[in-house]
Amino acid sequence: MERLVSFESHHDHDLNLKATELRLGLPGSDEPEKQTTSSVRSNKRASTEISQESNTNNSSVSDDHEDCAPPSKAQVVGWPPIRSYRKNTLQAKNKNESEVGAGIYVKVSVDGAPYLRKIDLKVYKCYPELLEALENMFKLTIGYNGSDYAPTYQDKDGDWMLVGDVPFHMFITSCKRLRIMKGSEARGLGSCV
Amino acid sequence: MESYSKRKRECPSSPESTQPSSFPDEVLERVLALLTSHKDRSSVSLVCKDWYNAERWSRTRVFIGNCYSVSPEILARRFPNIRCVILKGKPRFSDFNLVPHNWGADIHAWLVAFANNYPFLEELRLKRMAVNDESLEFLALNFPNFKVLSLLSCDGFSTDGLAAITTHCKNLTELDIHENGVEDRSGNWLSCFPESFTSLEVLNYANLSSEVNFDALERLVSRCKSLKVLKVNKSISLEQLQRLLVRAPQLVELGTGTFVQELTPRQCAELESAFNNCKNIHTLSGLWEATVLHLPALYPACSNLTFLNLSYAALQSGELAKLLAHCPRLQRLWVLDTVEDKGLEAVGSNCPLLEELRVFPADPFDEEIIHGVTEAGFLAVSFGCRRLHYVLYFCRQMTNAAVATIVQNCPDFTHFRLCIMNPGQPDYLTNEPMDEAFGAVVRTCTKLQRLSVSGLLTDLTFEYIGNYAKNLEVLSVAFAGSSDWGMQCVLGGCSKLRKLEIRDCPFGNLALLSGLEKYESMRSLWMSACKLTMSGCRRLAREMPRLNVEVMKEDGSDDGHADKVYVYRTVAGPRRDAPPSVLTL
Repeated sequence: MERLVSFESHHDHDLNLKATELRLGLPGSDEPEKQTTSSVRSNKRASTEISQESNTNNSSVSDDHEDCAPPSKAQVVGWPPIRSYRKNTLQAKNKNESEVGAGIYVKVSVDGAPYLRKIDLKVYKCYPELLEALENMFKLTIGYNGSDYAPTYQDKDGDWMLVGDVPFHMFITSCKRLRIMKGSEARGLGSCV
Repeated sequence: MESYSKRKRECPSSPESTQPSSFPDEVLERVLALLTSHKDRSSVSLVCKDWYNAERWSRTRVFIGNCYSVSPEILARRFPNIRCVILKGKPRFSDFNLVPHNWGADIHAWLVAFANNYPFLEELRLKRMAVNDESLEFLALNFPNFKVLSLLSCDGFSTDGLAAITTHCKNLTELDIHENGVEDRSGNWLSCFPESFTSLEVLNYANLSSEVNFDALERLVSRCKSLKVLKVNKSISLEQLQRLLVRAPQLVELGTGTFVQELTPRQCAELESAFNNCKNIHTLSGLWEATVLHLPALYPACSNLTFLNLSYAALQSGELAKLLAHCPRLQRLWVLDTVEDKGLEAVGSNCPLLEELRVFPADPFDEEIIHGVTEAGFLAVSFGCRRLHYVLYFCRQMTNAAVATIVQNCPDFTHFRLCIMNPGQPDYLTNEPMDEAFGAVVRTCTKLQRLSVSGLLTDLTFEYIGNYAKNLEVLSVAFAGSSDWGMQCVLGGCSKLRKLEIRDCPFGNLALLSGLEKYESMRSLWMSACKLTMSGCRRLAREMPRLNVEVMKEDGSDDGHADKVYVYRTVAGPRRDAPPSVLTL
């Protein structure tokens, strides 16, 4: 039985994450898919250092699970089955997320987790609130004092900075996405906060 | 006084009626006129010739689930007194772009027949039909009693066609054009309602994007005292919404516009006060861009809320929890998966009366996989909402054990539509197929009418369905099964099956032909990207002349392969309006 999921992972060892671009074209508007394993677009994920073995923090998948790495997204016509009207509305919404007064939604990735989250930065009033929410969301401690995880963000110019380097209200307007980094890279970004 | 076609006395010595009727035909007709259910009326018409005739003269509402199953002429011959027609056209998978754009289901021929036979037509409800502006104008000009127009998932028309309706239909009570492929040229159509027009009860234009003239809208709402349902579009601001609410506190269903705006404290208070006066609202939708800032204005109107549609508001779990605390009577809830499992826990805690839950994905097409809801959220709802019987759930992971527990908690499911968004994905904890999950569903939920399956599934799932799902009427299958046997089990076991839609499964001619006897008792069968060939389809068409077997060819595909097949029963014969890409065998 043919399955349209290919369990490949794509590694991008370059810290330059400009490669993580979002396609805003209508999916499924191209040629229909039959065999997709070879024609699947490579899945660009935010985190560069996804570990091969682990899935989510709390999954208990056995080690010889062949599908360790998260599945890549197959572009299949008419799947998932969302009605055209709703699909068009969602895509228009994702394009226009910078409307005045509307929420500021940014993607949050955590090194080692296969799925991203989205949060509305407007909900938070200060850094401690934001960090607490992130800690609750991902069930880990983010700290500058010895913890393995450090919060970073990508600003309007595409540069990656450590969260906390600018006043909060400036951060809100310039943050484009968040990445919670793990390991030596985190320490490398500096411990001066 | 409405005009009625008077029934001529039938010849009393017809051979079929061996006994005189125990009461006059007029009495029988009056009694049968009280029957509203389509199924009941169908049964009545089968009793004997007298009853068939009495039924056909007394029927005023007709439901046609597949517009090609019968022709307008046949309809008009049988039912002379129709006031309301409900018509469905394209196969459901057309919603997902799987049906060629020019496939058919054009309303125009029907309208022409109605103008000849039912000039007193009042109500037209269309789903997945092709409707153009010319047809809308024809409708507006040819039916002086016309009252209700409802279009869902239709396409081919523009706001110019709407203008024809609003200009000419003096007795209009309902205009519901939500979720269609409308070419939105301007908001003028609303201003075409004459100033003398006051009969409107339902107005739903939520998915149009053009701005309407707000003054015209405000005046319309003011003078239509019977207005019960008002669903505006995104271009209506909070401030404008407040002005509308003040004029229509009697509303029962409200669809807001964009729910975010810089408001002064006084404006916030006015908004809250307006909602406070709307004590009759039981359905709420719209709420585009709604955030924690303005949602509290809604709270006073939520006490009687039974249906809350948040599927266009990307709320987070905390915001949802706060809102739900004010909605104790909620029976139906639609949300986006931005609320995550935590938000669904709040549903479980706050909504004990919940009967229907739909969770839509906020980012289904994003290349990066965004975490939405998991089995944990669904479990939480099932523990708190024991009356749940309708679910549509889009998620990225599920387990067999979770589904088994869910149906144990909620054994009354009538509609179970689970979409694990990655095709062919197994139970993420055990790595096994999801067969046992759906096995549990069909074994436990004996009232199940509609089922959509997903995940990694073998023929075992379909054995379970065929063995246990004895009330199943609609089944949707995608990327599942191992062999023809799976489909054979379903066709052999599900005696009440009416609609079967299948895509990307390894079912071939053997499976298709095993249902030869069955398809006439079903409304339709759809199979795309399966293993059917032209010869298999031709054989089906040959053996079963009262079925239409349509094959839609893809460009450049193998000639012998039948890419998309649509089979349906019909008394109207092969259709004559099929485009070149659709072959009727």
